[in-house]
Amino acid sequence: MDQRTIVCLSCPKGCRVTVKANGDDIKDISGHECPQGIEYAKNEYLNPTRILPTTVRVKNGQIALVPVKTAAPIPKGKIGEAMQKLAEVEVEAPIKLGQVIVENIVETGVDVVATRSIKAKN
Amino acid sequence: MKTKRELVVVGGGPAGLAAALEAHKKGVKDILLIERDEYLGGILQQCIHNGFGLDYFNEELTGPEYAERFIDELKDKNIDVQLKTMVIDINEEKLITALSSKDGIEFIEAESIILAMGCRERTREAIRIPGTRPAGVMTAGAAQRYINIEGYLPGREIVILGSGDIGLIMARRLALEGADVKGVFEIMPYSSGLVRNKVQCLDDFGIPLYLQQTVAKIYGQKRVEAVDIVEVDDNLNQITETKKTIQCDTLLLSVGLIPENELSQQANISLDDITGGPIVDQTRETDIPGVFACGNVLQVHDLVDNVSEESEIAGKAAAEYLLNDQEKEIEQALEVSAGENITYVVPHTLNLNSKTDPIIELFFRVKDPAEDCKISIKDNKEELASYTRPIVEPGEIESVKLPVKLINKDSNEIIVELITGGE
Repeated sequence: MDQRTIVCLSCPKGCRVTVKANGDDIKDISGHECPQGIEYAKNEYLNPTRILPTTVRVKNGQIALVPVKTAAPIPKGKIGEAMQKLAEVEVEAPIKLGQVIVENIVETGVDVVATRSIKAKN
Repeated sequence: MKTKRELVVVGGGPAGLAAALEAHKKGVKDILLIERDEYLGGILQQCIHNGFGLDYFNEELTGPEYAERFIDELKDKNIDVQLKTMVIDINEEKLITALSSKDGIEFIEAESIILAMGCRERTREAIRIPGTRPAGVMTAGAAQRYINIEGYLPGREIVILGSGDIGLIMARRLALEGADVKGVFEIMPYSSGLVRNKVQCLDDFGIPLYLQQTVAKIYGQKRVEAVDIVEVDDNLNQITETKKTIQCDTLLLSVGLIPENELSQQANISLDDITGGPIVDQTRETDIPGVFACGNVLQVHDLVDNVSEESEIAGKAAAEYLLNDQEKEIEQALEVSAGENITYVVPHTLNLNSKTDPIIELFFRVKDPAEDCKISIKDNKEELASYTRPIVEPGEIESVKLPVKLINKDSNEIIVELITGGE
């Protein structure tokens, strides 16, 4: 049986929740002080996801980079691959906040969008 | 060149933006917002990570997204914005001296001023690390600007001193960009950043956090080559026999923030020794009538959401100062002080009159973490109100909403106390 301790981030208390499981079959969750801890630990154990905020290169923009993020959380294990992919991307200014920069990044079904508007260099 | 203005806002970060917008909303016609950088938004523009706006907008935004909402709102208002302009002096008569490459030196006579200059990070000099002075030693925020705005990687082998949130977030950012982050070293026995950031910025990337350790020396001629790390005892004395040398080319410092109050000092505004910011009343007015302060120049906030809310208070008060007759009628003046287990309280004074809002929010930090505790508001005779809290931490600003009608008419002080352990 696998055992892992997860710090619950549902509130500032940060309970250390212990998850015991056989593969994907969770047998026991303990150490949480409220029900939110169960839900958090379950998701974090089975499929931890994160929003990835980073930057990509801008061509002809007033600043060199545009900040971007994944429009929804993506699996934690795919973050490295997504960074590799985004390192190859360059977008042309002007750019509008919310503009899709990369569709369906590394087959996650999630788009990468701009988080700042950038004017073109005059 | 000398001009006259009703309201000048110094600083175009979240505080200045929210204050200018609120003053405009409350009817001020003539507003000038001065920003030294080439764009609005302040440090938010380099904070590309998410986690902003949960309180203010009820959604999770990145720094630039949060800023852009305010910048957009500013667009169709007749608020003048002057970028790439540095205010170099403010005096007691509210005369502002500003410099820009476009207009040269300018003098602006302001009827009212909102100070929104934010804060800056403590540097190597502030904590006096011995050694040589090579390139590659910088604050975490400087590195953040290089990576997120200018497009430079500041180094490849990184040591971070201080576990403040900016340090933790930069550990993740550098790891994502392919740098080798060798560890975060914290002199205190606990991390000073949020639990969330410890987990998602360090644990996710296998970056170790070393508590009760600090940098004792920096090596390198042109560029950082290595640093010495030592453990410290409970009195923060270095235990020299624990010294180890770590090879690195960059040392990032995340060792605290200080409100940027040089201009306030030039204007002879009284400052609070603890917060480093001006002494203000509940409208965020300083001891110069018509001069207000808000955001990180007043007290270092943990959340930008609180900066925006505080700045609206200052913006509204500046409008009232300008639109009503400028003499504030004070019926009751009270000192607000930090009692048992409280580090500081903002505002520092309450100037009450018939127009005072019926509820005043008091902001403060506790000295030590506590659970199941009580915040007690007293005057010199009795408890006026108390508020229970399941958990309080020094790293997070606490606040209580005090109804003005609970304040005794003959009282001249208010004390905020933290009561723990059910005693």
